[in-house]
Amino acid sequence: MLWLPEISGFRDRLRDAVRRPPEEIFGALVALSRHRLSALETLQLDRALQHNDAPERQPTAVRLALLGSSTVDHLIPGIRVAGLRHGLSIRSWLGSYGQYRQDLCGPSPALREFDPQYIVLSLTAREIIAPIALGSTAEEAEIALKRGVEDLQGLWARARETFGATVIQQTFLDTSAPLFGSFERRVPSSPARLVRRLNELVIEAATHVPVHIFDLALAAERTGLDRWFERKVWLQAKMQIAPHAVPEYGERLVRFVAAQRGLSKKCLVLDLDNTLWGGVVGDDGIQGIILGEGTARGEAHLALQRYAKDLTERGIVLAVCSKNDPDIAGRAVDEHPEMILRRRDFACFVANWQPKPDNLRAIAAKLNLGIDSLVFVDDNPVERAAVREALPMVAVPELPDDVAGYVECIAQAGYFETSAFTADDRERAQRYTDNLIREDDLDSAQDLDSFLTGLNMSAVYGPVQEVDIPRVSQLINKTNQFNPTTQRYSLEEVTAFCRDEANTVLQFRLVDRFGDNGLVSAMIMRPVGAQPGVLDIDTWVMSCRVFGRKLEFEAMNIAVEAARERGAGVLRAKYIPTPKNVVVRDLYERLGFVRIDSGGGETALWQLALESYHPRSTHITRTKQP
Amino acid sequence: MTTDSDILSAMSRTLGDLLGDDSIVLTPTTRRGDVDGWDSFTYISFIAAIEMEFGVKFGVADVESFEDVGAIVRRLQALRGK
Repeated sequence: MLWLPEISGFRDRLRDAVRRPPEEIFGALVALSRHRLSALETLQLDRALQHNDAPERQPTAVRLALLGSSTVDHLIPGIRVAGLRHGLSIRSWLGSYGQYRQDLCGPSPALREFDPQYIVLSLTAREIIAPIALGSTAEEAEIALKRGVEDLQGLWARARETFGATVIQQTFLDTSAPLFGSFERRVPSSPARLVRRLNELVIEAATHVPVHIFDLALAAERTGLDRWFERKVWLQAKMQIAPHAVPEYGERLVRFVAAQRGLSKKCLVLDLDNTLWGGVVGDDGIQGIILGEGTARGEAHLALQRYAKDLTERGIVLAVCSKNDPDIAGRAVDEHPEMILRRRDFACFVANWQPKPDNLRAIAAKLNLGIDSLVFVDDNPVERAAVREALPMVAVPELPDDVAGYVECIAQAGYFETSAFTADDRERAQRYTDNLIREDDLDSAQDLDSFLTGLNMSAVYGPVQEVDIPRVSQLINKTNQFNPTTQRYSLEEVTAFCRDEANTVLQFRLVDRFGDNGLVSAMIMRPVGAQPGVLDIDTWVMSCRVFGRKLEFEAMNIAVEAARERGAGVLRAKYIPTPKNVVVRDLYERLGFVRIDSGGGETALWQLALESYHPRSTHITRTKQP
Repeated sequence: MTTDSDILSAMSRTLGDLLGDDSIVLTPTTRRGDVDGWDSFTYISFIAAIEMEFGVKFGVADVESFEDVGAIVRRLQALRGK
């Protein structure tokens, strides 16, 4: 379940969760359920849930009976924990081993008393296919299989009529060993052929009667049978679903149940830079982003766009939530020749510099969707964490580092599970397209401080050393957004600046709880010819990776100290507007500089008297490097 | 090198997690009947969890022949030594 974020220290966090005040325990358990848990952790979480049952705080309650022809007892914790994850409070009833027929037809008084809303039939294929001899003709095999399916249909009718329950029939796993190899499926009564045909017949039967098909066989075909079945535990305990598969079994079954309760996601919200395309359009330019045929990386981003486009055709609504200049982002989407998705494909297109949780709230409000029906896809772990923290009800897939895995990650997460595909679904995307909503007046009311505090950020700074020069030079030459002057310097020029003792050349790295973001900012301060005590900020660049973290404030605090140490009393700076550096238009004003030019020209000149500078408050601690 | 006592404490913790009982301490001579709730069903889950934790696979014959916890530890060490 790679789409869920990992968790460390599970035992301690579970212990902390159950020691909280009673009204907080349930929420803490829900939060734990949204992680990638092992089978053992799932069991522990389920036990804590059973001991801290708080029905009044729980969402939709669902009564589910699990009837099996193999041992299924061990699956219950996985089902209940998945319920926690999906907003369902699942009460379960377990049939006795192999007694599903008696339970349904008896009918079992205990099952009647339980009054199930869902009856899940988790059966093995062998009851139906074992009597069919290998030498049977195709016709004989077909007749035997159809008899088996008719028998199943009788059970479905019982479940509906006697218990008033919705029936969920699991498809049959093929656990047979090959007898013929490649010739297998040409033999009408080989086990592999029989199981496949049986599943086809069951799915066909479900089109005529109200029964839902939980297609575990398809999942196993995709993921490999080993992920589900282990012959040893089958022999030991007649478990068809292996213990290690308990979390995923529960997840897949319950997301299907949740879909029937209207709890599936409805809207896929996508980041732009390094998600829909490779690179940062604000820095690299529309022609510079990596997208399209020709490179594997470009094709991988294209594959994500194609997948999103396919989702719209089954009724999923798309939106964009990107930290970007709105004009550049919009033009990239509409003008880049390789884009599959255009602005008209998005029901809501938000590109700005506001915190993403605020933007997601606004998107949900504008589309008139519950915020819990959003899926937010972003390559940046910091943005993902910000959204998970502020909006835990939004699904945020833990994308792999490699863009090649993005589509699979989103697809396996099963956010858009359904048990129907209707004309309304097919037309939904068009309806939203007709009603395109553009980004405008998003309010920002988010408590950013608590998020920033939680990042445990530290600025590691010092003079630029020889080893840093290639990276500093790259930053100066690649950065278009946080770059007030857009002045470019060659490697040699940067080297010369650093070696000249009269200059102050600083580098800043940012470390947070997710790791080291690397060397993300550099500043070159140079003396101004004839004016002692005045330093000019010749160059200041910062990677957009760390925008919105207040690093620019902490960097200025550091720069002011460095300038004072040199005996300077005044800092000067320039802002030369370009189509890409709007983000720093007000930078110096926010830092307390005063504008000293006449105001008529394009270029703005700024000045700061160091004695009047008050250090900016940030959430970043410092570590000085020699 | 993982010592027998490392394995014993990992096993104690795992069984404790399975049974929801932090006080469980396994010794080489502990048998299933000595621990409340350690039934055949929990035994299967216990073996599966230990296999995952140590990256080994016991054979069905192993699992049926373990007389006590010490036998599991010995077999585990042998599998890890291979």
